[in-house]
Amino acid sequence: MKYVILIQSNPQSLAVWETLTDEQRTDFGLGHLRLTEQMREAGVLVASEGLGDPALATQVSVRDGRTITSDGPYAEVKEHLAGFYLIDVTDLDEAVAWAAKAPDAAYTRVEVRPVLDMSAWEI
Amino acid sequence: MGDLTGLPDLLRDLAPQVLAAVVRRYGDFEACEDAVQEALLAAARQWPATGVPAQPRNWLITVAGRRRVELLRNETARRRREDAVWHEPAPEVRGDDELVLLLLCCHPALTVPAQVTLTLRAVGGLTTAEIARALLLPEATVGQRISRAKQRIRDTGTKFEMPAPGELAERLGAVRQVLYLIFNEGYTASSGEQLHRVELTREAIRLTRQLHRRLPQDGEVAGLLALMLLTDARRPARTGPNGALIPLAEQDRGRWDAAAIAEGVAILTRTLAQAPIGPFQLQAAIAAVHDEAARPEDTDWQQILILYGLLHTLAPNPMVTLNRIVAVAMVHGPATGLAALDELAGAAELAGAAELAGTDEPAGAQEPAGGQLPAGDPVLARHHRTAAVRAHLLEMAGDLDGAREHYRQAARLTLSRPEQRYLESRAARLR
Repeated sequence: MKYVILIQSNPQSLAVWETLTDEQRTDFGLGHLRLTEQMREAGVLVASEGLGDPALATQVSVRDGRTITSDGPYAEVKEHLAGFYLIDVTDLDEAVAWAAKAPDAAYTRVEVRPVLDMSAWEI
Repeated sequence: MGDLTGLPDLLRDLAPQVLAAVVRRYGDFEACEDAVQEALLAAARQWPATGVPAQPRNWLITVAGRRRVELLRNETARRRREDAVWHEPAPEVRGDDELVLLLLCCHPALTVPAQVTLTLRAVGGLTTAEIARALLLPEATVGQRISRAKQRIRDTGTKFEMPAPGELAERLGAVRQVLYLIFNEGYTASSGEQLHRVELTREAIRLTRQLHRRLPQDGEVAGLLALMLLTDARRPARTGPNGALIPLAEQDRGRWDAAAIAEGVAILTRTLAQAPIGPFQLQAAIAAVHDEAARPEDTDWQQILILYGLLHTLAPNPMVTLNRIVAVAMVHGPATGLAALDELAGAAELAGAAELAGTDEPAGAQEPAGGQLPAGDPVLARHHRTAAVRAHLLEMAGDLDGAREHYRQAARLTLSRPEQRYLESRAARLR
C-alpha cells in the first residue's frame, strides 16, 4: 500500500527551529537525506522531495482557454507543506515506523495518509 | 523456426525451471537470479530473429550459467579466478524445483511486498520493468526491492532445498497468501481507467495452477485455484464502458466466463469431497453459489449464510463479519441485518476506538489467514465497508435519507477511486 508522509511547516515547527543550534540544524537536514537513502535502500521509496517556500509559488488558472498566473501562495495560511515522502509498504504499521524516522517527528510531528488507488473489490 | 506467438508464455514457463537448475548447480541464488533474468532478456531479443532453439531450456541454462560467470567476474578479481573454469550445468529439472523456488521467494524473513515482487520475477519470469508497470512503482524501486530481498535470503543462510516437513505447512501458507495477493492486485485493479498493466490475475492463476498440479492433495491450494477461477469468471461483467464498477446484483451474467466457472466448480467439488475444509475452499464455495445463480434473485443466500458462518468460525476477520451480516439481511431481512451491525458498532466502541488501524486493502475482504481480529474490532468502525453495508441495508429497509448519508460517508472513507464513484452515484440515485 502506498502512503505519503507529509512534513508541514507551521508556527510550532518554526518556533522549534529557532531554538536549534547550527549543529542540530545540520543534523536535521542530514537526517532527511539519510532517511531518503534508507528508504531507497529498502526498496520502499516511490518519491521524496522538499518543497520551496510558498513565497515562490505560482498560482495557475485557465479561463476561456487563457492561462492566467499570479505569484505567491494560494492563501495566507500559517501552515504549508514543506516536503513529502511517498512510500510503498506492507501496511500502516510499516508506514508509521518510517514516519517516526523523519527528524521532524522528534521535534513536532509528521502526518501519514493513505493514497487513493484504482483498485476495487466486488461490491 | 519455432512458433513465436507463445514466446512470452514459453519464457515465463521456463524461467523457474532454468533458475532452479542453475541455483542447484552453483548455489548462489543472488547471482543466479540476475543471470537468469539476463538470459531471459537475451532470449526475448534473439529468438524472434533466430527462431526458438530446439532445446530452449538448455539454451537458457547455458546462457544463464555463462552470464553468471561474467557477472561474478565483474565483481572481484578473486571471484574471477575461482569461476573462470566453466562447468556445463547438468540441465536436469527436478519435480520440486518450482515449489522450492516459490517457497524461497515467500521466505518469512521478507516483507509481503518483497515476497510478491520476488515471486513475480524469479517464479513468474517477469522483468523488473513489467513488475514496475504492474505494481505502479518506479523501476528503480522494484530493482532495489528485489536485490534487497535476495540479500536477506542469503543472510538467513537458507539452502535451495525443500523445508523440513514440519515447517512446510506454514511456509505453504505464505505461498498461498502471496499468490492470492498477486491475483487481487490484478483483479481489483482491473476496473477503472485502463492502465497498461501486465495481466497479474492471469499470472496468479498460472502459478497457482502449477502449484496445484504439484500438490494435488493440498485442499487449500485447490481451493485457492477454484476461488481465483470463480472470481475471475465475473471480470468481463464487472466494469461498464467508462470503467464504472458494476455491482454483482446488476452484472450481465451472460458475460460471465462459463468455462472458468465450470472448471472452478469441478475443482472445488472434487476437493471438498476429499480434503479437510479450509478458508480458501469456503470462499470458493461462496463464489460458486453466486456464480451458479442465473439471476441475482436466484442466489441461495441461505447457503451463503451457512458458509460465512463456517468461515467466521474457521478464520474470523472483520470483512467476513461484515459479509456475513449482508447474508443475514438477505435471509432474514434488513432489520435483522441492521441490528447485527448495531451490535457490532457497540462492540467496536467497547474494544476501544483508539486502536484504529485504518487499513483499506480491498483484498482484506477475502483474506482468510491475515486478520485474526475478533468481531467488534475497532477497524470496522472507520472502515468504508461498514458504512456501505449500512447504507445498503437502510436502502433495502426504505430509509432513503439514512442510506444516502451512509453511502456518502462510505464514499469519503474509501481509498478506491472506482468505489468512490460507485458509492457517490448510489447516493445521488436516492435523491
